[in-house]
Amino acid sequence: MSSTTTKNGRIGDILLEVKGLKKYFPIQRGLLRRTVGYVKAVDDVSLYVRSGETLGLVGESGCGKTTASRCIIRLYEPTAGQVFFKTRALSPDGTPKMVNLLELSREEMNRVRQEIAMIFQDPINSLNPRMTVADIIAEPMVIHGKYVKGESEERIIELLRRVGLRPDHLRRYPHEFSGGQRQRIGIARALALNPSLVLCDEPVSALDVSIQAQTLNLLQDLQEEFKLSYIFVAHDLSVVQHISDRVAVMYVGKVVEMAGAEELYNNPMHPYTEALLSAVPKPDPLYKSDRIIMQGDVADPSNPPSGCYFHPRCQYAVDLCKQKAPEFREVKPDHWVACHRAEELKLRGI
Amino acid sequence: MTTTATQVEHTQTQTDARPLLLEVQDLKVEFTIRGGVVKAVDGLTFDIKRGQTMGIIGESGCGKSVTARAILRMIPKPGKITGGRILYYRRPRHPKPGEEDKVEVIDVTKLDPDGEVIRQIRGGEIAMIFQEPMSSLTPVYTAGTHINEAVTLHRLLPIKKLGDQMVERIMEYRRVTKEEARAIAIEMLRRVGIPKPEQRVDSYPHQLSGGQRQRVMIAIALSTEPAMLIADEPTTALDVSIEAQILDLMRDLQRTTNMAIMFITHNLGVIASMADEIVVMYMGKQVERAKVVDLFYNPKHPYTKALLQSVPRLGPKTGQRLASIEGMVPDPLNLPTGCVFHPRCPAFVAGKCDKIVPKWTQVGENHWVRCLLYEE
Repeated sequence: MSSTTTKNGRIGDILLEVKGLKKYFPIQRGLLRRTVGYVKAVDDVSLYVRSGETLGLVGESGCGKTTASRCIIRLYEPTAGQVFFKTRALSPDGTPKMVNLLELSREEMNRVRQEIAMIFQDPINSLNPRMTVADIIAEPMVIHGKYVKGESEERIIELLRRVGLRPDHLRRYPHEFSGGQRQRIGIARALALNPSLVLCDEPVSALDVSIQAQTLNLLQDLQEEFKLSYIFVAHDLSVVQHISDRVAVMYVGKVVEMAGAEELYNNPMHPYTEALLSAVPKPDPLYKSDRIIMQGDVADPSNPPSGCYFHPRCQYAVDLCKQKAPEFREVKPDHWVACHRAEELKLRGI
Repeated sequence: MTTTATQVEHTQTQTDARPLLLEVQDLKVEFTIRGGVVKAVDGLTFDIKRGQTMGIIGESGCGKSVTARAILRMIPKPGKITGGRILYYRRPRHPKPGEEDKVEVIDVTKLDPDGEVIRQIRGGEIAMIFQEPMSSLTPVYTAGTHINEAVTLHRLLPIKKLGDQMVERIMEYRRVTKEEARAIAIEMLRRVGIPKPEQRVDSYPHQLSGGQRQRVMIAIALSTEPAMLIADEPTTALDVSIEAQILDLMRDLQRTTNMAIMFITHNLGVIASMADEIVVMYMGKQVERAKVVDLFYNPKHPYTKALLQSVPRLGPKTGQRLASIEGMVPDPLNLPTGCVFHPRCPAFVAGKCDKIVPKWTQVGENHWVRCLLYEE
């Protein structure tokens, strides 16, 4: 799994590898704030991203997609696990080397953060209303001591142009822009320090359909141009299929399946993926739906079911699924799944 | 509901055979604000028949929700209905003998928004579910209390009496008692698929999950047995698996009660599986109206075409870019001249589209479009 060809014909090495990542939030009660339990928001997540590719991370709300992505850049301090990232920031001559981000000191981590940027879901709340567009985009440069008068201003104008805004927008404030334009400002800010990895947390779900298409196209163009890698967190499976090279599906804090986008959508091997795919409403009135309606709600991450977390909603569950949690294993080359019955089940794709 | 299940099956193919429920004619809603006048809805015309699902699609700010609120006379200030009519074909909910088929035509726009008549219609005869289930439920009341309120306000139970020829007939109605209201609430929660409804009826909104809250909203709306349900983005805040459950539930309930649904959404996938007929709105104007199959397979207006092409679809991967609509939604205070869509339109004809306001033109059976391309 070291290198392979992605859809655009690029060869990529592993840029980021996450192993056994866990994040438990304590539940505290009473006067003494005793810890009475844990919300297992992220519970044993393993995945990897090659350079130049997009990894889609899908799942229902509350499944830990956002928490997992925030743990990667240590916005949340993970409870356990390893996050290996290929960085140039830590070696004096700029040669890339693999480091475990969770072992870095605060100062080292800050240096690595230049190479990992984030785009947030809500374009209104993620921009400071009291800063102009120029200040917003310059802020990462200022923080990392890379702001050079004159030169950086040119770069900001160049970035604005690149995301489809005009130089005369520089002195305006976020409230003067529409949702789609604000998201473009967020994207320009993310690109300010030439990152190699961009964590996109639901970047288009707050946007209208026509603006969503523009933004997705922009993200693809920028990836091409700046050789970016994306982790694309979303709940919309059609959007994820469109933009991703590989897709990881999460359910209650765990990655249950990970494979190439085409492979995952055509030959899902986890019953949850199958049910999720069949639940997506198709924009075709003549489509005869035979969807699998999952019963019940998503499991409670503070009190998950025994064995496989999905077994109470799974139509294929057997006794083993109630007793033993399945292992996340590579069933086919580059197709990982956590299901006891992965080999025997014939599941329906799209 | 007097229409039987067999009639519903029959009328699925012949939409026109169903009796009219609501007729919106040239509706105009304006908001006068400091910067000027925003025409939130400008010349909207459509009708909804009993048992039919009418879809309204469009991007945010196009006037979908304002239309829904206009029908219930709940437009927030400073909005005002400045033109047009909304005719509601009302059948008596609690008919006296011999009056079962009486239809009364009410122009909703003429009613006092705080008056007795609209308050009977609002919630009782035309119910609404809102997009955000968390902020639409009161956090201090239980699910049961929410449903009880609607039921005690709007539902009367028949008192059967012995008539002249020793036949039991409905002569009078009485209000629902507390115990009955609770029983109805539990029954409604069961019908919308909430597990253990006897316990859940006493749950507060924060004790319910997002999907369950939306089910409670639907239970409130349906507990009064409305003739029409307005669903304003009912599944937008929900996950796909819960969304599938809710949509199935709405279709089921429609089949059993012959309720009309006005379904407002921006999700083309959802509308394709729900609606019989669709209105496409852009900047307060309706740009196209057609049966669902015609709209998806034979769209006429450039905006509809672009909208359909700009959604990523599940299916064989093409690796292509999405067709996107260039530019952005114009400032509602400064609408473009001529056709409002012309600055973003791929079929723009200079000197025509920016000068002439297109008319509402019929291009096929039940297929209307507002575009100069289709005018003679």
